[in-house]
Amino acid sequence: MQRIGVFVCHCGTNIAATVDVKKVVDVISKEPGVVHAEDYQYMCSETGQQKVIDAIQNEHLTGVVICSCSPRMHEGTFRKAAEKAGLNPYQLEIANIREQCSWIHKDMEEATEKAVILARAAVAKVMLDTPLTPGESRVVKRALVIGGGIAGIQTALDIADAGYEVDIVEKTPSIGGRMSQLDKTFPTLDCSSCILTPRMGEVNAHEKINIYTYSEVESVGGFVGDFKVDIRKKARYVDMDKCTGCGLCQEKCPSKKNLSEFNRGLSNRTAIYTPFAQAVPNVPVIDTANCIHFKTGKCGICSKVCAAGAVNYDQKDEVITREYGAIVVATGFDTISLDKFDEYYYNQSKDVITSLEMERLMNAAGPTGGKVVRLSNGEHPKDIVFIQCVGSRDVTCRGKSYCSKICCMYTAKQAMLVRDHYPDVNVHVFYIDVRTPGKNFDEFYRRAVEEFDVDYIKGQVGKVSEAPNGRLLVQGSDLLDNRQIKMEADLVVLATAIEPSKDARKLATMLTASMDTNDFFTEAHAKLRPVESPTAGVFLSGVCQGPKDIPETVAQAGAAAVKVVGLLAKDKLTTNPCTAESNPLFCNGCASCEKVCPYGAISYEDRQVNDHGIRETRHVAVVNGALCHGCGACTVACPSGAMDLKGFSNRQILAEVDAICR
Amino acid sequence: MQEKLVSRAKELLSDGTVVRVLGWRKGDTDFSAEPAFFESAESLDEFTYDGFCGANLSKYMIKASKEEGKTLVFLKPCDTYSFNQLIKEHRVDREKTYIVGVGCDGKLDIEKIREAGCKGITAVTEDGDTIKVATVYGDKELKREDVILERCKACKGGKHVAYDELAEGCDEEKPAKEGRFELVEKLEAMAPEERFAFWQNELSRCIRCNACRNVCPACSCIKCVFDNDRYDTAQKANTTTFEEQMFHIIRAFHVAGRCTDCGECSRVCPQHIPLHLLNRKFIKDIDEFYGEYQAGEDTDSRAPLTNFTQEDVEPSIVKERG
Repeated sequence: MQRIGVFVCHCGTNIAATVDVKKVVDVISKEPGVVHAEDYQYMCSETGQQKVIDAIQNEHLTGVVICSCSPRMHEGTFRKAAEKAGLNPYQLEIANIREQCSWIHKDMEEATEKAVILARAAVAKVMLDTPLTPGESRVVKRALVIGGGIAGIQTALDIADAGYEVDIVEKTPSIGGRMSQLDKTFPTLDCSSCILTPRMGEVNAHEKINIYTYSEVESVGGFVGDFKVDIRKKARYVDMDKCTGCGLCQEKCPSKKNLSEFNRGLSNRTAIYTPFAQAVPNVPVIDTANCIHFKTGKCGICSKVCAAGAVNYDQKDEVITREYGAIVVATGFDTISLDKFDEYYYNQSKDVITSLEMERLMNAAGPTGGKVVRLSNGEHPKDIVFIQCVGSRDVTCRGKSYCSKICCMYTAKQAMLVRDHYPDVNVHVFYIDVRTPGKNFDEFYRRAVEEFDVDYIKGQVGKVSEAPNGRLLVQGSDLLDNRQIKMEADLVVLATAIEPSKDARKLATMLTASMDTNDFFTEAHAKLRPVESPTAGVFLSGVCQGPKDIPETVAQAGAAAVKVVGLLAKDKLTTNPCTAESNPLFCNGCASCEKVCPYGAISYEDRQVNDHGIRETRHVAVVNGALCHGCGACTVACPSGAMDLKGFSNRQILAEVDAICR
Repeated sequence: MQEKLVSRAKELLSDGTVVRVLGWRKGDTDFSAEPAFFESAESLDEFTYDGFCGANLSKYMIKASKEEGKTLVFLKPCDTYSFNQLIKEHRVDREKTYIVGVGCDGKLDIEKIREAGCKGITAVTEDGDTIKVATVYGDKELKREDVILERCKACKGGKHVAYDELAEGCDEEKPAKEGRFELVEKLEAMAPEERFAFWQNELSRCIRCNACRNVCPACSCIKCVFDNDRYDTAQKANTTTFEEQMFHIIRAFHVAGRCTDCGECSRVCPQHIPLHLLNRKFIKDIDEFYGEYQAGEDTDSRAPLTNFTQEDVEPSIVKERG
């Protein structure tokens, strides 16, 4: 005979304000099998847990139901308490009457009724619970960092400094990421390259860090502590070991008119190239789409001039498989496409540029050597208009509803630097709001306005077009003066919204890590677990999780590294005993389960069965408990119901449904 | 045709290639052929192959695969899809099967012949696209297209996707028919209440005889969930609204992605419930979400519902579309 105890938590007023907890206790105590029911203000507190322990011991409970917050919050807490009291921790169930009840209802009567129903369902489930014992799995003492920008670099360095091996996978030919494209950094105005390149060098030289540039993650298998990752090393056509980085091949390459990705298309590069002079590794790649040798079979100059004999046109992509205990996603961002924003004239005029292009323009190593000029004619500009929130805070389907967070600050920086270098240039900034929270940020913005005379105009630009004299005509509104503005400008800089890297979704799918509707990776808990993905063993670093600036990115990168180190420091992980198992008497051997299993945990064997006296050999499914994650995909795919999940059996789920529908 | 099949079967029996033959024989009436095993040359005298041999024999190969020796089975083009699907699910042993593909011009539905005004039928003969019906009240000629089984109206074409040899009269070039999803589209266009009323009306006639399940080649479980007393679904009598609301939907889900649209379910339903429409709705959705897919076309491809690719449709799109 089952003896069930039910414990109803008030969660302060979180639950008790909307759910009549006393009534829940009263009703549930009359349920068959329930021998003990009580409520308490904070069930998760030491005193609350003690109540559970005492009841288990005094009332000889065989199962416990806690009516409280989400199991993601405190299931672990209460299971430990149950274990302490001598009850198998898997004979405890949580009824989530906070997130799924009190927080989403306003009417007390309704919410109370629902809380009772949820409790009843949990009681029905706990009745069918069986004691389960967890196993153990290994921890591979190596981490993978996906993305070689500042987020990935910092995470890798912090993990490596703690003594663990780290691999960085970067899809472009060099690490450095977006930060390597920037000119100065706010609010201190130190040169981006000057603070980044030493870090790049440090990563390159670190004996615990292994960098795979021009490489992409192709597939991810396994689970926390024991991931198996296939990495595609794209053919560079240049031997990494032989190349000395002399640069002669790039000098001699006759295919010179290919747009430079690094300079955002503002300059050309050769077909054999390194993205920028300080690239790490300093080994070029051949862009086969533009290489004369790959297009026609002729040329071959790079190969001829290379004294080291490093150029190898026959090189092939190579896929390597590596094992990792933890994976950090640091895939960064890109600016959005402006194809749907024709009012800003971006695709029509060379003199309308994005802020990232402005960074390249202002950069001493950029296409103009740091000179800010009109790109249409190379002339010195007299008026520059900055437009903020281009695609950010835009609730129409063409833009992004979120604030890109960094634009107010870099616009102030760019405006200030322009005024500093060219005091004759008038600078206007159109803004919706200026948002500058952050250490020394508002002071920085005030300097742009007060010391550098940047003209801030509250209002949005409706149209940019070409004036008859060849300059640009900017039409907008000044909301403070309540007037329409028409002004001529020589250069218009668009603070273009940022979005997660396009490849991120594909990666999220491989990692089974969740994303929000904007393709930012979701954190395990918005406040308490901000650098962990809900998928165990997958961590988040940098803008892939949400817009952030460099200091925030570096801080988050360090936090992700600490979480990784905390994981890698363990020798064994406890595995979840809620795994699938197949009943050989019901199994048809159809292999549906094997096909849907994301972990390769199901195999088939010919097994002798005795089905009520019929002895025969059947081709049946067998689950490897060490590999099974308990996702339940197989139980759904199984047509005969042979496959079942321990702790979440089909019978238990149907019992819950029955209890709810009663 | 029938004679040629019988003589070929006798040859294969006598030279030891096979030890039994799976085919059809006359049923209770001349207009209902039934599946039958033949183990000797003499017994093959009962063998029949005519316009009423609609029954799909592939599922019987599950039983035959457990017996000693090889079985000769006659399969019509559409039956071979079911056969392949059973191979894919490891339910049938290909090594123990010898398939002779037989031609098919669309099988006849005696009910439709009766509905066409033929009473007191004494004989039905086929002459190309013309069906000659002899009745006690005189002879009548009908067009084949008007009296074929529902599933033959959406014929997959004349191609056998699995066979060891093809009998005379097989027309591999015969194209598939258009309009397979016309009725499904009509149902989709209905308002939810109207659609619910349609299905309630159809499914409320179910007497839970389990004929649809028993004949379905995709329903090949050793122990069906509906017979499993671990769940509350094991029952024979139609005492609740379970049949009306759940049984056929659950069955359609279970065979989704595995159903080859052979149409046996509707053919055998004594209550004339258009069960194949449920399956076709699934097939249409699968085609639209994951690209066209024909279950049983081969034995090794991965079915969309049990395969995962990065191009798979996002759940939000499925939800939006309903």
